[in-house]
Amino acid sequence: MTLTVDIQRQLGHFCLKAAFDAPEGVTVLFGRSGSGKTSIIRSIAGLLNPDRGRIHLGDRVLFDSDARTNVPVHKRRLGYVFQDSRLFPHLSVRDNLCYASRVSGRGSRRPEEVAGLLGIEHLLARRTHGLSGGEAQRIAIGRALLAEPDMLLMDEPLASLDGPRKAEILPYLETLRGETGVSILYVTHNMAEVARLATHIVLIEDGTVVQSGPPERVLTDPDMVRVVGIRDAGAVLSARVVAQPDDGVSELAVSGGRLFLPAVDAPVGSELRVRILAQDVILSRTRPEGLSALNILPVRVLAVRRGEGPGVIVQMQAGDDLLLARITRRSADAMGVAEGATCFAVMKSVAVSQTDIAVGLQTGI
Amino acid sequence: MMLGLGPEEWQAVLLSLKVSFWATLVSLPFGVICAMALARGQFIGRDVLNWLVHLPLVLPPVVTGYLLLLSFGRRGPVGGFLYDTFGVTFAFQWTGAALAAAIMAFPLMVRAMRLAIEAVDPKLEEAAATLGASRLRVFTSVTLPLILPGIIAGAVLAFAKAMGEFGATITFVSNIPGETRTVPSAIYAFLQVPGGEDAALRLVVVAVFIAVAALILSEWLSRRVARRIAGK
Repeated sequence: MTLTVDIQRQLGHFCLKAAFDAPEGVTVLFGRSGSGKTSIIRSIAGLLNPDRGRIHLGDRVLFDSDARTNVPVHKRRLGYVFQDSRLFPHLSVRDNLCYASRVSGRGSRRPEEVAGLLGIEHLLARRTHGLSGGEAQRIAIGRALLAEPDMLLMDEPLASLDGPRKAEILPYLETLRGETGVSILYVTHNMAEVARLATHIVLIEDGTVVQSGPPERVLTDPDMVRVVGIRDAGAVLSARVVAQPDDGVSELAVSGGRLFLPAVDAPVGSELRVRILAQDVILSRTRPEGLSALNILPVRVLAVRRGEGPGVIVQMQAGDDLLLARITRRSADAMGVAEGATCFAVMKSVAVSQTDIAVGLQTGI
Repeated sequence: MMLGLGPEEWQAVLLSLKVSFWATLVSLPFGVICAMALARGQFIGRDVLNWLVHLPLVLPPVVTGYLLLLSFGRRGPVGGFLYDTFGVTFAFQWTGAALAAAIMAFPLMVRAMRLAIEAVDPKLEEAAATLGASRLRVFTSVTLPLILPGIIAGAVLAFAKAMGEFGATITFVSNIPGETRTVPSAIYAFLQVPGGEDAALRLVVVAVFIAVAALILSEWLSRRVARRIAGK
């Protein structure tokens, strides 16, 4: 079920003007703080009324200013996971999970099923006081899922959690789509979450959509580096584990060759996504010899983007995949890195952190 | 001590309880609506409503009583209408005492409820709506349970205030034994006659006991609001 959004809303001096589609899968709305992504997702949920426009989910009209349609929040059948968990303090964890079926008769699943999926069975009988942030957020996700929404809206669900708590929840989010089949619209300004979860990306800047599409294409667009942020720029590659030798360095096949990454926690044959940051990639015109870096992929330069600063962004083709590298302008000039040049992209194995490897999620192409 | 109360004193105590009970019960829904409107509402005239609710707190009670007499008396605009349409009268009836007590206690009731409502995070109500709850269901399943102890605390305070109402009551409905002679009016009446001090003192003890009990109950309930909102 595709969500179609085309809305306008004046918020003080800020003009929100967003149009995009969110196909099945996990669509990530990515933008810096204040870019208007929360206003967009609140409009979709009906918590904020656009001045003009349309919002459709499949063939259901949720909002249409021309037809004067504005379905109230409680009839939109959209789950919403907020940044803060917003559990009801007067109810137990179980009653929080069952809330939707109690107030609307919506949802026929038993809370135990969803609790099992999110690892919160042991909390069912508890009150909400004293839950950790990660536990509370998993309960909030379960509560939204048990309402059996047509789509799950998640507004920076991990933003209020610290690093370890984030790492605790991310795997659950990854299994959500596979296990429940529910489509997700996910708002974040964290690129690591994008790389792990997204099957479709919508980039937002100053209240408008600047680019949308599959992450492999959007994230490797050199023109989008500005929006993504220079430190977060990088490619997402599909990979398959081909060997797990004893020395702890896993061997992965990508379309452009082989990657060697430390101790990837996945059995041989599993499909992965690996995020490679532009700033971790070194270029060489000749195949390097006697180098400690294990990952060397032959590439062809597609584009070189020069910006204001001393750095340039190089977009390269490695097999069927696109890669980005960030190098200095001086090196680019000295090496003759230009469109059509052949090079070797070099990455240290340990440069790819475990949080940048997503297990068990197919990409959206 | 209770056994020491004479029939006249018992009559005053029972009448006070009846008047206060009905004053509290009937004003309760209006109190909740006013508190909701003041805590959450955004409408023109919100300030005016706020003043109106608080007026009995700052006006001399005798003024409030006289205004009630003017408007709710048999020939007053409101009282006349009620008598002609429903046959209901307030003047010199125990119902009038209840009305005066309710009006005087209303600011306290609304204040306690408003504080409880303001302590509820509207974000919770937003979350409830996204889970499929209509506005009415949001109120009954989230807002009301969270503010219930606050509502009860407001009611208890109003009850205690109603028990002690004197100035407006005696101005509006006079001091008729068995009809409008509540505990404070009775204490006043006993003090006007020689040898009435003992009876007055016994009623004073009863009044103090009820007031303190109400305050303690109200405090305890307020703490429960805080605990409930914290999810303990």
